[in-house]
Amino acid sequence: MTYLADVAALARKDLKVELRTGDTLPAMLLFVLTALVVFHFALPAGATDEAAYGLLWIAIVFTALVGLTRAWVPEHEHGVLDGLVLAPCDRSAIWLGKTIASLAFLLAAQVVALPAFALFFAPLGASALAGVILADLGLCAVGSLVAAMAAGTRSREILLPLLLLPLAIPLVVGGVGSAIADEPARYLLFLGLYDAVFAVLSWASFEYVVTE
Amino acid sequence: MLALIVVPEDADQGISQRIFYIHVPIALTAYFCFALGAWKALLLLWRGEERYDLESYVAIHQGTIFGVLTLVTGSIWAKASWSIWWTWSSRQLVLFLVLFLFYCAYFMLRFSLEDGPRRARSCAVYALFGVVLIPISFLAIRLAQDFIHPVVFTRSGPQMSGSMFAAFCVSWAAVTLLAYVLYRVELLGKQVDARLRDLRDALDARPQHRVRELTGVGS
Repeated sequence: MTYLADVAALARKDLKVELRTGDTLPAMLLFVLTALVVFHFALPAGATDEAAYGLLWIAIVFTALVGLTRAWVPEHEHGVLDGLVLAPCDRSAIWLGKTIASLAFLLAAQVVALPAFALFFAPLGASALAGVILADLGLCAVGSLVAAMAAGTRSREILLPLLLLPLAIPLVVGGVGSAIADEPARYLLFLGLYDAVFAVLSWASFEYVVTE
Repeated sequence: MLALIVVPEDADQGISQRIFYIHVPIALTAYFCFALGAWKALLLLWRGEERYDLESYVAIHQGTIFGVLTLVTGSIWAKASWSIWWTWSSRQLVLFLVLFLFYCAYFMLRFSLEDGPRRARSCAVYALFGVVLIPISFLAIRLAQDFIHPVVFTRSGPQMSGSMFAAFCVSWAAVTLLAYVLYRVELLGKQVDARLRDLRDALDARPQHRVRELTGVGS
């Protein structure tokens, strides 16, 4: 139980910092809306809905990147991470707390972005929404670990997209498939598999990334 | 490699099929190198011995080189048999492209971290992610073909005859041996390099007059 309490405390800390400073969420919101407008001009006239679904996924992945780039910045700027690592809690709780906080930001951005997408481009079905939520889980789980890796380097802003995008390719496949395929169940199952495998791997390996 | 000339030509694809004896062994060897790198990475995290870091890095380096060769030979084969340089419908080629990008990111990560145990462990974790990404990506690419390319090239061709299989095994053994030799050579070079750096640091740490006595410089 203490593990869950630690996770909740860490996630609450991130949300509280965000509420007081407003560093991340407004940027993500503005980014995703601007991206949708840019996509309108990028799509040729008469493009199918399928093409729009593809672009939606580019918007989602890059919005997540905007959020994740900022995710560990407060920890590094003020030496919070050293304190957290020294704290008498399981290190993986730090990862889980960060994942939950990143997921909350991403979902909040999508609460605005998905209706906007439906309004501008094409309607979103139930399976497409399920695909978005499952892919968000995977994106935040892997992303918060990779962002922690990148945050310790000299060029973190450039490195994070390079590290995360190859890992996100299967998520994009699953997400687009769940939006446009005739049988979305297979794609949702695949997204669930990805989430399970990579969440366990990230959970188990986070400790090695942050300890000296 | 002489076996290449002895083997009968494929009925469908003719001479171009011969690249199969180079392309497929190289691809298998690349997978093997990535797996070896991930295994060494796992050992590093498990046992914490520093030498595994260099071994994992060198294995992945070799894997990436063989991965690029796979892309090049696969592209030549595609040109010869389908008369296009690149096709998204060849699963293996797309998978190797994804892996190539992933392992390039691995090198970026490695070169932007300070040398030390933290770099070793971060890279090890990323290498483990890579080996998990291989089957997941393969599955994803198979799924993606359903909506990107409804028509898939089937290359199920004729089954291999005995002499073809023998030639294939010989090439595979040769390529694996080549990879192993390259791995040892590069590892040795890197180890000598690291040892030399340690010695130089140790020398710098000594008082100046001892250095002069040892090297004869400045006396």
